[in-house]
Amino acid sequence: MAEATIYEISSKDRKGFRFPACDVPETPLPAGLLRDDLPMPEVSELDVIRHFTNLSHLNYSIDSGYYPLGSCTMKYNPKINEEVARLPGFAFTHPLQPIETVQGNLAMMYELQLWLAEICGMAGVTLQPAAGAQGEYTGVLIIRAYHQSRGDLKRNKILIPDSAHGTNPATSAMSGFEVLGIATDSKGNVDLESLKASLDDTVAGLMLTNPNTLGLFDQNVEEVVRLVHEAGGLVYGDGANLNALLGIVRPGDLGFDIMHFNLHKTFSTPHGGGGPGSGPVGVAKHLVEFLPFPVVGIIEEGDEETPPLYGFVKPEKTIGRMKSFHGQFGMMVRAYNYISMHGPDGLRDIAENAVLNANYLLARLRSTFHVPYDRICMHEFVMEGHLDDAPDVHALDIAKRLMDYDFHPPTNYFPLIVHEALMIEPTETENKQTLDRFADVLIKIADEARKTPELLHSAPHKTPIGRLDEVRAAKELVLCCWLPEKI
Amino acid sequence: MNIPSNLKYTNTDEWVSVDGNVATIGVTDHAQEQLSDVVFVEITVSVGDKLAKKATIATVESVKAAADVNLPVSGKVVAVNEDLPQTPELVNTDPYGKAWMIKVEMDNPAELDGLMDAAGYEKHTRE
Amino acid sequence: MFTPHTDAEREEMLRVIGVRKLDDLFADVPIAKRYPKLDLPPALTEIEARLQMEEFAFGNNTAQERACFLGAGAYYHYTPAAVDAIIRRGEFLTAYTPYQPEVSQGTLQAIFEYQSLIANLTGMDVSNASHYDGATATAEAAVMAYHHFRGKRTRIILSPSLNPQYREVVKTYMGGYEGIELAGENLDPLGNPDDLTALLNDNTALLIVQYPDFFGRIYDFTTVIEKAHQFGALVAVAVNPMAMGLLKTPGAMGADIAVGEGQSLGLPLSFGGPYLGIFATKKEYVRKIAGRLVGETADTEGRRGYVLTLTAREQHIRREKATSNICTNQGLMALAATVYMSLLGKNGLKEVATLCYQKAHYAADQISKLDGYEVLATAPFFHEFVVKCPQSVEETNMHLLANGFLGGYDLGNDYPALSGHMLIAVTEMVSKEDIDDLCEALKEVNNG
Repeated sequence: MAEATIYEISSKDRKGFRFPACDVPETPLPAGLLRDDLPMPEVSELDVIRHFTNLSHLNYSIDSGYYPLGSCTMKYNPKINEEVARLPGFAFTHPLQPIETVQGNLAMMYELQLWLAEICGMAGVTLQPAAGAQGEYTGVLIIRAYHQSRGDLKRNKILIPDSAHGTNPATSAMSGFEVLGIATDSKGNVDLESLKASLDDTVAGLMLTNPNTLGLFDQNVEEVVRLVHEAGGLVYGDGANLNALLGIVRPGDLGFDIMHFNLHKTFSTPHGGGGPGSGPVGVAKHLVEFLPFPVVGIIEEGDEETPPLYGFVKPEKTIGRMKSFHGQFGMMVRAYNYISMHGPDGLRDIAENAVLNANYLLARLRSTFHVPYDRICMHEFVMEGHLDDAPDVHALDIAKRLMDYDFHPPTNYFPLIVHEALMIEPTETENKQTLDRFADVLIKIADEARKTPELLHSAPHKTPIGRLDEVRAAKELVLCCWLPEKI
Repeated sequence: MNIPSNLKYTNTDEWVSVDGNVATIGVTDHAQEQLSDVVFVEITVSVGDKLAKKATIATVESVKAAADVNLPVSGKVVAVNEDLPQTPELVNTDPYGKAWMIKVEMDNPAELDGLMDAAGYEKHTRE
Repeated sequence: MFTPHTDAEREEMLRVIGVRKLDDLFADVPIAKRYPKLDLPPALTEIEARLQMEEFAFGNNTAQERACFLGAGAYYHYTPAAVDAIIRRGEFLTAYTPYQPEVSQGTLQAIFEYQSLIANLTGMDVSNASHYDGATATAEAAVMAYHHFRGKRTRIILSPSLNPQYREVVKTYMGGYEGIELAGENLDPLGNPDDLTALLNDNTALLIVQYPDFFGRIYDFTTVIEKAHQFGALVAVAVNPMAMGLLKTPGAMGADIAVGEGQSLGLPLSFGGPYLGIFATKKEYVRKIAGRLVGETADTEGRRGYVLTLTAREQHIRREKATSNICTNQGLMALAATVYMSLLGKNGLKEVATLCYQKAHYAADQISKLDGYEVLATAPFFHEFVVKCPQSVEETNMHLLANGFLGGYDLGNDYPALSGHMLIAVTEMVSKEDIDDLCEALKEVNNG
């Protein structure tokens, strides 16, 4: 049953919320600067609650089902995180308060910086970037600043593997770099010959996701890093797939110079239907001075009796400010809590079980679907959503049919280098029964593809709405509610 | 797939038709098939612009892809199809006719020799 | 810890995979670097973790415990209970980006409604699904203007009364583009916005102004916008959406782009984030907008539904040709703002804006009567105003803190010529009594 829009349930003069009466003498409002009308809904509080509650019922979510979206790390979002983030001592602090009045916040942020640095083997961390893409942007700006500070002005290229997420090349272009693609070899590793051929003294750096978007750990990662460093470039690690590495290996130990974290992937902060995320960035020692401003630091050392005084510091050669204030603080509280509930053993447990789950699913599915790379995978794997004996059925159809079995589809058509790609990442919080059910359903759908492909082409049938006309959406471009005349 | 024999082609799926010194440019049937339903066309050059080969002259967008259209031969723009942006679906229905994009007065007609003929383009699309 | 595996299950899974032990799955990781010992405290249970977080939280003073007169880009407003009740629902909170529309109509319709409410609030034609915050939305306006003119116009004029943090972020974002010139910084920050028009020329891509400005002043930019358009330049107005419940909109003034900080729309202060970047434009620029857009359409049975649209602009398709790299935005905060705007509605949004206006003007009036204090009110203002203090702002605020107030922002931090000047914000959360008590405390500071 489709839900009406908030405007459609409006009724003239209905009120939803009341404020206390004005307790001060009134000043005249500024003539000539007032708006003529305010076309906003007029609904009661029950209308609002009912409307959005009904909308929520149309959504699939981690709380209601399994979400094997590759490279998104749809793990369970702990409810305790929601509680602690809402503690009044956090929620009601203004970002510009005197530092003496927010030592709790600053101490927590300082420790989170240290913890993230420890987890990935880096020397310094900024918590400011608002999301992974902004973290990447921060990283690429640091690369540019580093070379410029050494007078090395001809490095205008960034190397990016063809399997990379779209944000990597988009970020490089935004920063004024030319993008050079690097091939992936038949084993799913960075093609060393392609890399060597592209490296010269005009290359500023390489953006590498490891494990990559195929879910594979680069078998030559140390050699890749060495080659780039030898050519004078820096190595940026896209940390979207960090879930496979927690407690297993640290990118800093492998030689990475910079990397970003996705708190909303690896560290369980909720996806919220499209954010907020949080994309802290870690850097090696030689890049600490370029971090964005501000970073949390110790202003006055403490001793046995008194804690240190925490405050904001400006790195000497800072690239500047990435966003207002200090970053997505509410997400930092959640991530801090999550890490403290896991400790070093718990973090390693996450990676081990994430990788175990992915390999288990891979083992169960590889005889039904073609997997282009015959290797142990990490926390995710890619298979082809296409069967030779059902040529008209595509990854899209399989994805849509999965919804009829109450599963959210895996990521499809990414990475671009796999034909009809289906990227599956179970995460460590799914149990064996769920994985078995998912594998069984996919095998059943493969069978349907051969016998009754029409079921797939016209899927989904059991969802609140069927396949939507995306061409019409792009052509007719209706981006706002139709306003009922009564408003 | 339609590949008219009287046209020249690029390996980035543009077609060129020549009339005297004027070249008309558009995208091929193969291109529109790859893009699927075209929802938007923007011609990014104006009459009078002097452009080099490979300059971007238009952007074509479908629901799932976006592609730049590049100039196969250098020249001065003498006409722009003002109607095309209003009816982007013409790229799908009439790629070689009403979906022409721009006309240029060629600087160097010899550049046409570097382009593919119909047979060569047909082979290219099969790769 | 949230992993469900039993030992028996793990063993069975390893057997099916065909390896002997878990370690075999990590054979590709260089052995010398494998299994680092992480120097982190041991795991806490939920009970212990909560206690630890409470300790951090209690180590702070909050706007809730003190009468808050601090603004400067983030404001202490009331968040109605209904807002949190909706955003805590797991179906919204733990849902992913709505790439599969058939199972995401809740999120998609909520964003569609958000877009509509923002467009109507700002008087513009279209809004995107959100940006990170007001500062990055302003920077994206600059990027959009740059691409609109295909790099042929390189001057961007920033009003001197634009929030200093916004200016810093614009600088960061425009650093990657050839030959960009940022003008306007040297003008008098408390001067007349008309002075900006002297900087307009044929090379100007964008003029950015703030409304109300960083000092709280409001101004009708209609003539300034007309002048900018005569030069072919675009104009972006950075708004406080709360003020839009009362005041003339950027749309009505002819602005091309409206950006802003949506924190005032029911989002808690939360020490600076997560907030909400607003981005709205005229219809003709819709294809140039960065970020997600939700459009209305129908399914195969003709039922109305919503999808992400114009996605071909975005990074996952355009890659290095995308004009922005934004992927994850502030989805849940946009939902919170949608609930807030819906709940307050036509009447409530005007009411809360009016309360802020009235209380701020009462405060300004009372403070101006105090010896030694001067309220700089050369122009009409919304809910913030500048006060010249007899003692340093730092000293003044220390005294205020000790007496139960969070004092205003020290403008000397950003404008050396305004050292000794404080920016005071007043919202609906401040009572007349708070204001009268503030005046008493301010008197005490002056008396030494």
